Amino acid sequence: MITVKGISKSFKVPRRSAGMGQALKSLFRREYTVVHALSDISFSIEPGEIVGYIGPNGAGKSTTIKVMSGILVPDSGTCTIMGYTPWRDRVRYVKRIGVVFGQRSQLWWDVPVIDSFELLRDIYDVPEREYRDTLDLLTETLDLKHIVNTPVRQLSLGQRMRCEIAASLLHSPSVLFLDEPTIGLDAVSKIAVRQFIRTINKEKGVTIILTTHDMNDIEALARRILLIGKGSLLYDGSLQELRSRFGTRKTITADYMERQEPLAIPGVSIVSWTPERAVLSVDTEQVMMSEALTRLAEQVDLLDVAIDTQPIEDIIVQLYKEYQIS
Amino acid sequence: MKMYISVFKLRFYNGLQYRAAALAGVATQFFWGFLIIMVFQAFYSHAEGTQPISLPQLTTYVWLQQAFLAFIMLWFRDNELFQLITSGNIAYELCRPSGIYNFWYAKLLAQRVSSALLRSLPILGIAFFLPRSYRLSLPPDPATLVLFLVTLVIGLFVLVSVSMLIYISVFVTMSPVGSLLIFSVAGEFLSGSIIPIPLMPDWLQDIVRLFPFHLSADFPFRVYSGHIPKEAALAGIVSQLLWLAFLILVGRAAMNRALRRVVVQGG
Repeated sequence: MITVKGISKSFKVPRRSAGMGQALKSLFRREYTVVHALSDISFSIEPGEIVGYIGPNGAGKSTTIKVMSGILVPDSGTCTIMGYTPWRDRVRYVKRIGVVFGQRSQLWWDVPVIDSFELLRDIYDVPEREYRDTLDLLTETLDLKHIVNTPVRQLSLGQRMRCEIAASLLHSPSVLFLDEPTIGLDAVSKIAVRQFIRTINKEKGVTIILTTHDMNDIEALARRILLIGKGSLLYDGSLQELRSRFGTRKTITADYMERQEPLAIPGVSIVSWTPERAVLSVDTEQVMMSEALTRLAEQVDLLDVAIDTQPIEDIIVQLYKEYQIS
Repeated sequence: MKMYISVFKLRFYNGLQYRAAALAGVATQFFWGFLIIMVFQAFYSHAEGTQPISLPQLTTYVWLQQAFLAFIMLWFRDNELFQLITSGNIAYELCRPSGIYNFWYAKLLAQRVSSALLRSLPILGIAFFLPRSYRLSLPPDPATLVLFLVTLVIGLFVLVSVSMLIYISVFVTMSPVGSLLIFSVAGEFLSGSIIPIPLMPDWLQDIVRLFPFHLSADFPFRVYSGHIPKEAALAGIVSQLLWLAFLILVGRAAMNRALRRVVVQGG
């Protein structure tokens, strides 16, 4: 469905140091640095997948999305999506995709949301009946009923984002690119957006590529992740696999009856300790969890135990370190 | 086609929202109209010999200028489009199944038409009933009126094609100030909005004719008053159409070039 092969893209960025002298100098001679936003990115995506595209700021996530949605022309490489090359067959291709840029707006600021929707209906030439059906579905699942007749400038960010997502789906695209769709949203709106993404993926079979900094988005939605850093693809695989490769550490928080001697369990490091409470870190590749717990129970009278998996953020940070990205 | 009509409609509704601005515009235009007419009356009463354009014709010229200001002024701009380019929101425009050139053309056209409708209808209605020396006169015959309407509409298209070049230049310069200033100062003078073209010396008129600016303002207004005879008006329409074709071709080529190298600003 989507095949990306060896995409590279670099930008020429003017730069100068601070100060008057430098500013004047740049009037005559401007210095540029070439930023390699993407170098040799390749992957392929099957229909109906939800793929999380993650990486630090400036890694090239948005650039990849822009290349895949036909906005930017890469320096080299090929990209075939549903048989089209996005930047070459732009007009025919974009009819079949939807794009949401979380930091930008596609709705007309001064007029009610519904006016923007109707304009999009005409831009994408959606038949009236189909438009009605899609709009009804979107209104219901995204809970837009009370906001579509309000001018966009009076909507809250969460309401606006729901409208933005609806606007990108009015023409029933087969592929949906979401560039940070949950940026700036509160927890409730985030959950609503995630729920919706899952629904359209399941019911309409829409292929979804999602970039985000919110690891909860990824955990809730994506079975597969692509990790990009400094323009290169670093990891392509499932979240579980990433976890099992890098996230083998688990944390045990134990409360127990007061005991003055410190704990000592082989293979388990102690993060913090008080006479009533200890936080332990276990590498499950070296010590079985049951083993660690048994030893713990032998040494203290346990009141409460909590076991936490390493949060995905930590794994990503660890990965960045491993690949020396910062 | 449906999409262009639709974007035209939406932009039009948007323009109609600004009633207070329209009212203020009408007042300003009246003030200017009277001022300019009085200045020319003073000139004419002290000038010797016959002038290249009669005072009633000139009065009509001035009122039409004021009424159709939105059709002839290059400084009349759509800041939203500039923002789209400099802020990077153009990303959305680029993932629509349409050429950006046509899409923006429709937007600009709608903006000018909505503004003209709000401003020009009241001015025209009142200027017909002013005291004789300030009055906007009717065209000499119905055929002239038809010719005027045709030239006015084509003139509007020519003007929008010129203004498209300003927007395209912002892809390169990232700031609309420079191109806007050059185009509006040069355009205003060369379209006869500062000194009516018939009153310019011959050598200056020759220069003015090398540019398309007079085709959207001076030309239709003189057709209206009969200052340009009908045969000359027909020849003028041909020249309008040729310029229009040329400007659109250049604009499209420039737009395509700009889009191939576009950088979406702001990540």
